[in-house]
Amino acid sequence: MTTPSQTVGPFFTIGLTERQDPGGTVRLSGRVLDGAGEPVPDALVETWQSDPPVFARCPTDAGGHWAVLVAPAAYVNVSVFARGLLNRVVTRAYLNADATDPVLVSIEPDRRATLVAAAIDDGYTFDVHLQGPHETVFFSL
Amino acid sequence: MEPDPPLDWPAYRSTALRAPHRPFVPLPRGRTELTGPVFGGGTVSPADADLTAHHPGEPLGERIVVHGRVVDTDGRPLAGTLVELWQANAAGRYRHDGDNHPAPLDPNFTGTGRCLTDAGGRYRFVTVKPGAYPWQNHHNAWRPAHLHFSLFGHAFAQRLVTQMYFPGDPLFGQDPIFNSVPAAARGRLIAGFDLDATVPEWALAYRFDLVLRSTPFEEGP
Repeated sequence: MTTPSQTVGPFFTIGLTERQDPGGTVRLSGRVLDGAGEPVPDALVETWQSDPPVFARCPTDAGGHWAVLVAPAAYVNVSVFARGLLNRVVTRAYLNADATDPVLVSIEPDRRATLVAAAIDDGYTFDVHLQGPHETVFFSL
Repeated sequence: MEPDPPLDWPAYRSTALRAPHRPFVPLPRGRTELTGPVFGGGTVSPADADLTAHHPGEPLGERIVVHGRVVDTDGRPLAGTLVELWQANAAGRYRHDGDNHPAPLDPNFTGTGRCLTDAGGRYRFVTVKPGAYPWQNHHNAWRPAHLHFSLFGHAFAQRLVTQMYFPGDPLFGQDPIFNSVPAAARGRLIAGFDLDATVPEWALAYRFDLVLRSTPFEEGP
C-alpha cells in the first residue's frame, strides 16, 4: 500500500521553491480558479514533459496567476497542489490539440476544451478550474 | 484498499470550493507518466538536510533525527530521489508571511530542508520537533504536530506530497486532515520512535518510511 497523500497546506512556498529547468522556451501561463470562479492564491502548479525533459513549478500569486516555460510539444502534464486539495490533481495542457490524440478523443466532446491551451501573444494560456460549470478534466494515474 | 483521502471531505472546510466534483478520467501511462525530473547534486547540498544548522545559532526545541526509506509498492528502493521537507518551528509557527499564529518565530530556524535518497532509498534529516498550532477550521481546531514531505520518485505518476505525524499525538481525533485518510491507512502517516537511530546525549529519532506507486515498465510512447 502506498503512503497516503495529504494537502500541501498554505505555507508550502517556504519548502517547495520555484523551479525552471533549462529547455523551456515557450511561456505557458494561466490561473487556478475555485468553484466560485475566484482565484486560488495559494496553489502550486507543476509541469512535466519527457521529450525533452523539462520540469517547472510556480506558486500562484494573489490573482491565482502562474507562468512557466515549457518546451514545444503536443502537450504538457500539469499537477496542481493547494490548501484544500487533499491530493494533487493532474491534468494536461495541450498546446497542439490533434483531433486524433487518443486521450483527447476519450473525453466527452463538450469537456475537451478544458484541456486545450489557447495561443496568446506571448505563448499559451491555460486556466485550471478546480470545480464548477467549467471544471477542468482531471486524470487518474 | 485506496489509501489516499477523498478530495471531497467537508470536515476540512477548504475543500468546499476546491475539490473537483466530476469523475477523473483514467490516463494511460506513457512515457510522460513513467518518467520524471531528475535532481542532481547541483540542486542539493548535504548541509540542506540539517535544519538545525542553517543559522549562526541553534534553534530552540527538541532536536530530532527523522529518517527512513523510500520504496515503491514492489519494495524496490528509490535511489537518488529528491525529498523536500518543511515545517513549523517548536512553537508551532511557520516562517511564512501568511502565518499569523501569535507564537514566536525562531531566528535560528527556517524550517525547510531537502536531500537525495542514497542507493538504498534512505534519507535522513536533523531538525526540531514542530509544535502544534491552531488553524480555525472549526471551533478550537489544532493541527497535530507534523512535518510536510514532498517526493518525486522516478516518475510523474509517483509524485507524492504528504505529512508525517508523531506517535501518540492527542490531537489526532479532532483533525480532519489526518482523518481524511481511510482508517486502515492512517498509521502509514505516523512515524515510529526509533531508539536505535537516536544519538546518545544529543537527539531522539523517528523513522518514517514512504511507499510510492510502482511503475514497472514503460507502456509505450
